[in-house]
Amino acid sequence: MTDDIQLLIGTRKGAWTLRSDAARKTWSVEGPLFLGQIINHFVVDPRDGRTMLMAASTGHLGPTILRSTDGGKTWAEARQPPAFSKDDPHGRTVHHTFWLEPGHADEPGVWWAGVSPQALFRSADQGDTWEGVAGLNEHPKVLDWFPPMDGGTPDGPMVAGIVIDPRGARHMYLATPTAGVLETTDQGATWAPLNENVRCDYLPDPYPEYGQDAHQIALAPTNPDRLWQQNHCGIYRLDRPARRWDRIGDNMPREVGDIGFSIVPHPRCAETAWVFPMDGTEVWPRVSPGGKPAVYRTRDGGASWERQDKGFPREQGWFTVKRQAMCGDGRDPFGLYLGTTGGEVWMSGDEGESFRQIAAHLPEIYSVVAAPLP
Amino acid sequence: MSVSVLIPSQLTAYTDGATRLAAAGATVGEVLDDLDARFPGLRFRVVDEQDRVRRHMRIFVGRRETRTTGVSVADGDEVLIFGALSGG
Repeated sequence: MTDDIQLLIGTRKGAWTLRSDAARKTWSVEGPLFLGQIINHFVVDPRDGRTMLMAASTGHLGPTILRSTDGGKTWAEARQPPAFSKDDPHGRTVHHTFWLEPGHADEPGVWWAGVSPQALFRSADQGDTWEGVAGLNEHPKVLDWFPPMDGGTPDGPMVAGIVIDPRGARHMYLATPTAGVLETTDQGATWAPLNENVRCDYLPDPYPEYGQDAHQIALAPTNPDRLWQQNHCGIYRLDRPARRWDRIGDNMPREVGDIGFSIVPHPRCAETAWVFPMDGTEVWPRVSPGGKPAVYRTRDGGASWERQDKGFPREQGWFTVKRQAMCGDGRDPFGLYLGTTGGEVWMSGDEGESFRQIAAHLPEIYSVVAAPLP
Repeated sequence: MSVSVLIPSQLTAYTDGATRLAAAGATVGEVLDDLDARFPGLRFRVVDEQDRVRRHMRIFVGRRETRTTGVSVADGDEVLIFGALSGG
């Protein structure tokens, strides 16, 4: 590894890479890779720094996984991408892979894939072949948790996030749009909802056992018992072993609200996290409230939030940032990145104090991942 | 059976640029299997795991369209695969 840094950008029309040195002052844009392919997620394996996977599909063609084992120099297609069995009792077919998650540090070569329709797949060979996780995909309640439906964002309901407890590979969480957060403590053999006190504004019972729409979840790296959630209906925090979430988004300014897709924890401070609020009023435009983009940072576990908007447009900035399109780079000072559906990439090299645009004119951005250059 | 298969632009990355290929099989599915053996991954991008032709792909045997893979083909038939997508 070098001190240089790369941003892996997945878009609706292919993948791009932004590169910089340790100073993160100037960035070069390289690409496109796989022009025209829908790239929902573009991820590098932090365990080896060289294995890269893309979740790919096109408007015409079925879904696949594209792989590189040499840091992106060469690419090949997975021999056996995620697919349901031919005798699947529900007749399901994978529409696309949405989320790719490298496995636990103790399990080199293991990757997880969250797909649409909602299901989980596992690879034990660096993403070359994939098997369905029966404990979830064939769970007796699977059609209650994941009712068949069309639509959603983007292009259907999907497993929207996979989080692995760094203290043990058997403990995992999923973020889903129709069952909220699901937890396993036996690496996927059994699952249970984890949604207490998480609101559903769109159901008759506003606090059901499941039915919540978890947009993104993240563990605090320095305290894996702390779980952050940006939900369709607000921002939440949970400190395990408790099971009841606190709506820390209630402490956001009322005129901004607590609707959004992403949440990014600080790599070294468990009290600090960032969100990118979007307009959830009336018909849910899901753009920066008032056309004034800003991130909000908490440094006290969500008890209070501060606006960070220096460098962003002061007006007429109607940003939408999807759930995979905001991330950090783990460096000190922490770098924060976001990609918009308008094809712009913005960064802060000072923990959100100021932002600048580092790329524009890309297609609609679905995902942004920061990683060291191998 | 030997048939002639028209390959759409969306799949030429698999076929080294070839747009017309000879293939063997008694059904559309077997023809696709034959192609997949030579060009791994091609079949799954045209037909899903339940053997249904993907929504924005179209397969014709001569001038007859099929949405499934069990349709028979005869020696000398032409199998045409098209990508058909609207919107941006």
